[in-house]
Amino acid sequence: MNITLFTLIIGLGSIVAGFLGSLTGLGGGIVIIPLLTLGFGVDIRYAVGASLICVIATSSGAAAAYVKEGFSNIRVGMFLEIATTIGALAGAYLALHMAAPFIAIIFGLVLVFSSFVSARPRDEMSREVKTDRLASALNMNSAYPTPQGVRSYNVCNVPTGFSLMFIAGALSGLLGIGSGAIKVLAMDQTMRLPFKVSTATSNFMIGVTAAASAGIYLNKGYINPGLIMPVVLGVLTGSSLGARHLFGAETRKLRLVFSIVIFLVAVEMIYTGLKGVALR
Amino acid sequence: MMTPKPERSNHKMEIVIGNLLRAGVITSGAVVFLGGILYLYHNGLQTPDYRVFRPAPAELSSVREIGKLAFSGQDRGIIQLGILILIATPIARVIFSLFAFLRQRDIMYVIITLIVFSILVFSLFSR
Repeated sequence: MNITLFTLIIGLGSIVAGFLGSLTGLGGGIVIIPLLTLGFGVDIRYAVGASLICVIATSSGAAAAYVKEGFSNIRVGMFLEIATTIGALAGAYLALHMAAPFIAIIFGLVLVFSSFVSARPRDEMSREVKTDRLASALNMNSAYPTPQGVRSYNVCNVPTGFSLMFIAGALSGLLGIGSGAIKVLAMDQTMRLPFKVSTATSNFMIGVTAAASAGIYLNKGYINPGLIMPVVLGVLTGSSLGARHLFGAETRKLRLVFSIVIFLVAVEMIYTGLKGVALR
Repeated sequence: MMTPKPERSNHKMEIVIGNLLRAGVITSGAVVFLGGILYLYHNGLQTPDYRVFRPAPAELSSVREIGKLAFSGQDRGIIQLGILILIATPIARVIFSLFAFLRQRDIMYVIITLIVFSILVFSLFSR
C-alpha cells in the first residue's frame, strides 16, 4: 500500500468518525484511535496526536452549526471551561510521567456505567428544575428552540458539574480524546440541562479543552503531518454532515445512538487498557 | 445583582462566534488540503510507516519553526500551519467571547473568560 491509497482510506474512515462524533457530542477522537491502531497498526502515540487534533476539528466544525440553531449555552460552557482546561493541563503533564492503561480501564468502566444510565428513557417535557442560587448568580439559566417553540430551562448542581468537568479535562489531556461523554453526562444528568443543549455545549467546549493540551502534544512531536492530513480533512467533512442531522433527530433516537456509541467506546477503552497492562 | 436575562439575549453574539469558528475551520481545511496535495505529489508513491513512533522533528513541532517552514513552501510545514490554525480556532473564540462579554459589561464573565484564556496561553507557550 502506498501513501496515496493509505491517505484515501484513512480519509474515508475519518469522515465516519467525524459524523458519529458530532452527532453524539463525543468528538471524533474515540473512533479515530481504534481505527488507526486496530485497523492500520499505527503506533498509539501517532493515533493520540491525530485524535486530539481531530477532536478540535469536530468541535469547531459542528459548533458553528449548533450555535446557529441556538442550542449551546455559552455561559455554562465558558464557566466549565475553567475546570476542563485546568484538567487538560494536568492530564497532559500526567501523560508525560504516567502510563495510561490503568486510567484507561477505570475510564472504560465509568463509561459502561454511563451508557446504561444514559440509555434509561426520560421524558423531556416533565423535566422541571427549581431555580438554583449559584446557577442564577452565574446567569446560567437560558432557553432553547423545540418544535413546540422556545423553551426556557434552569440549571442546577454547579459544583458537582464543575468537578466532573475537571475529570473530563484531565482524561482529555491524558488520552487525547474529547471526553465528550463525561461532559454530556455532567451537564445532562448532573446540571440538568436539556439533552440537546448539553450535547451542543459539550461539542462547543471540547475544542477549547483539546486546545489546552494540543500545544503540549505538538511540542512533544505527537502531531505527524502526513497522518494528520487525511484525518483532519475527513473529520471536518463528517462533522459538518453530523451537525446537520441534530435538529431533526428525535431526542430519544439521539440518546440511543449516544448510549451505543459510549458503550462501544467503553469496551475499546478497557480492551486497550488491559492490553497495555499485559505488555508492561 | 443580576437582572433577569431576556431570552436569547446573546444570540447575536453566538451567531458571530459560530461564523468565526466556521471561517477558521474552512481556512484550516484549505491550508491542510493544499499542503496535502503537495505532500502526495512529492511522497504519494512511498510506503507509509507509522508503526514505530518517532517524534516529529523540531521544525514541525514548534510554533515559530512551523511558520518559517510553511512560508518557504515545504509541504509538511504547510499541513502543520493548517493544524496550528485549527488549534487557534477555539482560542480565537475565547478572545472573541472576552470582547463580547466586555461590551455587555458582564464583568463576572469577563473574568471567567480571562482565566480560560490565560490557561490556553500558558499551555501553548510553555515547554
